[in-house]
Amino acid sequence: MNKVFTNAAHAVEDIADGSTIMLGGFGLCGIPENCIAALVKQGTKELTCISNNAGVDDFGIGLMLQQKQVKKMISSYVGENAEFERQLLSGELDVELVPQGTLATRCMAAGYGMPAIFTPAGVGTEVAQGKETRNFNGKEYLLEMAFDADYAIVKAWKGDALGNLVYKDTARNFNPLMAMAGKITIAEVEELVPAGTLDPNQVHTPGIYVHRIFQGQDYEKRIEQRTVRKQLPF
Amino acid sequence: MALDKYQIAQRIAQELQDGFYVNLGIGIPTLVANYIPANLDVILQSENGLLGMGPFPLEGEEDADLINAGKQTITTLPGSAFFDSAMSFGMIRSGKVDLTVLGAMEVSENGDIANWKIPGKMVKGMGGAMDLVASAKNIIVAMMHTNPKGESKLLSSCTLPLTGKRCVKKIVTELAVLEIVNGAFKLLERAPGVSVDEIREKTAGKLIVETGIPEMQF
Repeated sequence: MNKVFTNAAHAVEDIADGSTIMLGGFGLCGIPENCIAALVKQGTKELTCISNNAGVDDFGIGLMLQQKQVKKMISSYVGENAEFERQLLSGELDVELVPQGTLATRCMAAGYGMPAIFTPAGVGTEVAQGKETRNFNGKEYLLEMAFDADYAIVKAWKGDALGNLVYKDTARNFNPLMAMAGKITIAEVEELVPAGTLDPNQVHTPGIYVHRIFQGQDYEKRIEQRTVRKQLPF
Repeated sequence: MALDKYQIAQRIAQELQDGFYVNLGIGIPTLVANYIPANLDVILQSENGLLGMGPFPLEGEEDADLINAGKQTITTLPGSAFFDSAMSFGMIRSGKVDLTVLGAMEVSENGDIANWKIPGKMVKGMGGAMDLVASAKNIIVAMMHTNPKGESKLLSSCTLPLTGKRCVKKIVTELAVLEIVNGAFKLLERAPGVSVDEIREKTAGKLIVETGIPEMQF
């Protein structure tokens, strides 16, 4: 079994035009920077991207939007990106806005082998249009389908040669869910260690879900909102 | 005198109880964290995957891997925990979060809320707001009583696309504390020096006013 790839370019090279890909991260926190850069360089087009956000103009998925590689975004929040807004208003880009918990749980369902979930989020709103609803114990719920993605691309803090992953702080977010949900899951890690090095008690994503792993490099880890305090709390 | 945004946050902080798990939205709700009474144990949940959110870091200690749902750099407090986004909304959906405070563009007299979209103008997405309002046991809206054009944001029915239906319990504005009761805004308190008439004038939806409405106490 060899899951270890040399770099991002090799790990994403078979991703074809028109693929559906999941990309982990919340804002710019915990995004797979190396794979995004490789996809931009490779020029893969007509992509459907499932990701909580769409990056900013010059970083994250924003880089793919600038190269017009994205056909459709499935996200919960897409502010902070002028090029995104331009493409959306001009009709170049298709967007499906999904409540954040629904987005996460549709990933989870895919990873747990369940076809759909019921959630109260969006009942009575335009999100509910055309969707089946069902009443459980007097409360209305929407039927939401599990995602079906060709690839999941995630970023972890540490990973081993067998694909076991450990995330750091809030850079975890959607990464473990998407890791479970891809037909092929590609993980980039800040530190790739030999199998047997990670404490099995501390593994967040078991290696069975991860097909390709590589040691990432040159992480920029851009901060979107740098907020600091002087002395007093808050 | 109408309250400023800090005083709105301060008034909302009076609703906190010992042992509460609380989710604070972006904007005025975030400021509530400044006024948590020292004698209460209140744990802040950030829906990107953290329980036990602490203050902003000291300069030089910012960590790109540690942010809140507003994408601001933050810290953790002792006893905090990280988790993934599905678990985060799991704790919201299953009613483990005691109080949600969020902003709004409109609230209706039956508790509907609109805060995510202005058709043709603003399409940024709902983020976690729809999940929060659909499941929170107790929702307090922090907002200004009127929009920048001076029009009431407390309406008989919302004109903007809804975030959730019949979910708001309480509203704190710069003028008043109101509760949603039987399809109406019930006036509970008024800001110091603000008259019931002014509140009545700026509330487009049905308003219930009983006698002797007290001023807010700080």
